[in-house]
Amino acid sequence: MALLEVNDLHTSFFTPVGEVKAVNGVSFNLDRGKVLGIVGESGSGKSVTAYSIMQILEKTGKIVSGSIKVDGQELVGISEKEMKNVRGNKISIIFQDPMTSLNPTYTIGHQLMEAILLHTNRNKQQAWDRAVEMLRLVNVNEPEKRMKQYPFEFSGGMRQRVMIAMALACEPDILIADEPTTALDVTIQAQILELMQSLQKELGMAIIMITHDLGVVAQMCDEVIVMYAGSICEQGTADEIFYNPKHEYTKGLMRSIPTIGNDGEKLHPISGTPIDLLNMPAGCPFAPRCDNAMKICLRQRAERLQINDFHQAACWMNVKEEMEKEGEPNG
Amino acid sequence: MADTLVEVKHLKEYFNIATGAFTTKPLKAVDDVSFSIRRGETLGLVGESGCGKTTVGRTLLHLYKPTAGEIFFDGKKIESKKDIQEYRKKSAMVFQDPYSSLNPRMTVADIIAEPLDVHKMYANKKEREERVLELMSKVGLNSEHANRYAHEFSGGQRQRIGIARAMAMNPQFVVCDEPVSALDVSIQAQVINMFDELQDQMGLTYLFIAHDLLVVRHISDRIAVMYLGKMVELADAKEIYDHPLHPYTKCLMSAVPLPDPKAARENKRIVLSGDIPSPLNAPSGCPFRTRCPYASEECAASMPEFKEVQSGHYVACHRLNEIG
Repeated sequence: MALLEVNDLHTSFFTPVGEVKAVNGVSFNLDRGKVLGIVGESGSGKSVTAYSIMQILEKTGKIVSGSIKVDGQELVGISEKEMKNVRGNKISIIFQDPMTSLNPTYTIGHQLMEAILLHTNRNKQQAWDRAVEMLRLVNVNEPEKRMKQYPFEFSGGMRQRVMIAMALACEPDILIADEPTTALDVTIQAQILELMQSLQKELGMAIIMITHDLGVVAQMCDEVIVMYAGSICEQGTADEIFYNPKHEYTKGLMRSIPTIGNDGEKLHPISGTPIDLLNMPAGCPFAPRCDNAMKICLRQRAERLQINDFHQAACWMNVKEEMEKEGEPNG
Repeated sequence: MADTLVEVKHLKEYFNIATGAFTTKPLKAVDDVSFSIRRGETLGLVGESGCGKTTVGRTLLHLYKPTAGEIFFDGKKIESKKDIQEYRKKSAMVFQDPYSSLNPRMTVADIIAEPLDVHKMYANKKEREERVLELMSKVGLNSEHANRYAHEFSGGQRQRIGIARAMAMNPQFVVCDEPVSALDVSIQAQVINMFDELQDQMGLTYLFIAHDLLVVRHISDRIAVMYLGKMVELADAKEIYDHPLHPYTKCLMSAVPLPDPKAARENKRIVLSGDIPSPLNAPSGCPFRTRCPYASEECAASMPEFKEVQSGHYVACHRLNEIG
């Protein structure tokens, strides 16, 4: 049994102008100790998927249907009280912006201890010790002194370390990292990614890495999910997704990023503009921007097709190729 | 020199920061930077937040008055108010944030025509309208959108509006301050290609400021690296990636996450310890010495000279020979 099983998840935001289907039928499994990357552009539903798992959606947002199971326990529909037990203990989350996710009016120590006191049976002294231990684990120098300082005395990279310490204080099985290094500089990003990798090996938790940066994915992830307009286009091992993409959107994405190899060549952008989630097309959501769109793409969504043991994609092009192969006399 | 369009000598930009009720302290955002940009080239300027790259761009256009130093445009020193005004007709800027750099109460046509209005570049309304439509088609905007407002557009389209505004005066020199970092990957490529095309069509010279090293490498002919207000290295784009000389550049290049799992596995990252020091308390001598694995006493004593070590490859480091 997988550690996390998400099945046909639908999450919508009910706004004055209509229902926004932010997550539209997402299914995936996450095994213990694995790093799963979710990539996509703004509005692709990658963060909303994470917030649905944590059930920290905004008031207008609601899980419409589907199931989320952690260790076999169903999370959709359980009470807020039960959910509080899951958060922190089983699943933790760190956010993009370490500048705003800490409370500026409390000391770092207070905020770290709050999480520990809330989720475990430790007393204050034990919680303090645990907090210091956590700060040491994430390589914060002089943790005892740092405990008494306020967030403004910390740099961006240091704050993100504090956030990671806080998230890991109760030893969760799953850590969700929502664009954890987007707000950081390259050299600080390298520090944080290195830290996450070593902690992952040491503590053996599973990580869901949400990012738009394909470089971060290539570096960190075992498996990758590519999302577009609330649905999964493609899913597979990192090598499969990067070297053998089977969805037109993923292919376009790979062509549009500058790499060391394509010096001096023109980039191949994906034409058009991102989709309007209020007016979703009937067929494949990517069809209006796809260079190879066929008639069927505009009418009907493609089912997810198994490409090989490590790779699935939902694109009619694969069905077409399959049919052509079968059509060949000796194929 | 005929082929140099913009030249900067010993540029300094200090901001006075209040440290108490009556005391101030200079923040050395840009400290003694010299470089030149050739006609028709793209000079990439990279560095981490707080290193002064945006300040260089803005001071270069006289949006900030330089504390010290000289700026030459087309061989002519920019000094008097009149010089500045003339210079501003030939230069332009594209900003990072397409959401806050466009006035929400102005229509697209008015935003694009604003530089024309300021410099009174048209004889009548018809001429103005024609010019606006020409600019819009140049950046791939639909002419029907001329009377809409900025909030009706997506990030990528807004950035196109900003670019059309920058191109309104037919500038020779454009400072692009992180023009694609707020955009999604697929839109980023559209805008990068457009910068390329406009450069070919109009013979533009760019100063391209960004922190995404892969984007900068793609678009730039030469790249300059800044750290804490100082320029530490400048060389051809390919050269600086393949053979970085300054220890900071080396670390920066190795820290770039490559979008290629195999390369990422093989990449030996140099992970720096610590953070960038505050520019208010910059270390003595070389600013990088507090994080540099090769730092010696000499580095604390004096700032190394920014000098040409190979043809076209400038670097400021005392310990260059020892590092190899």
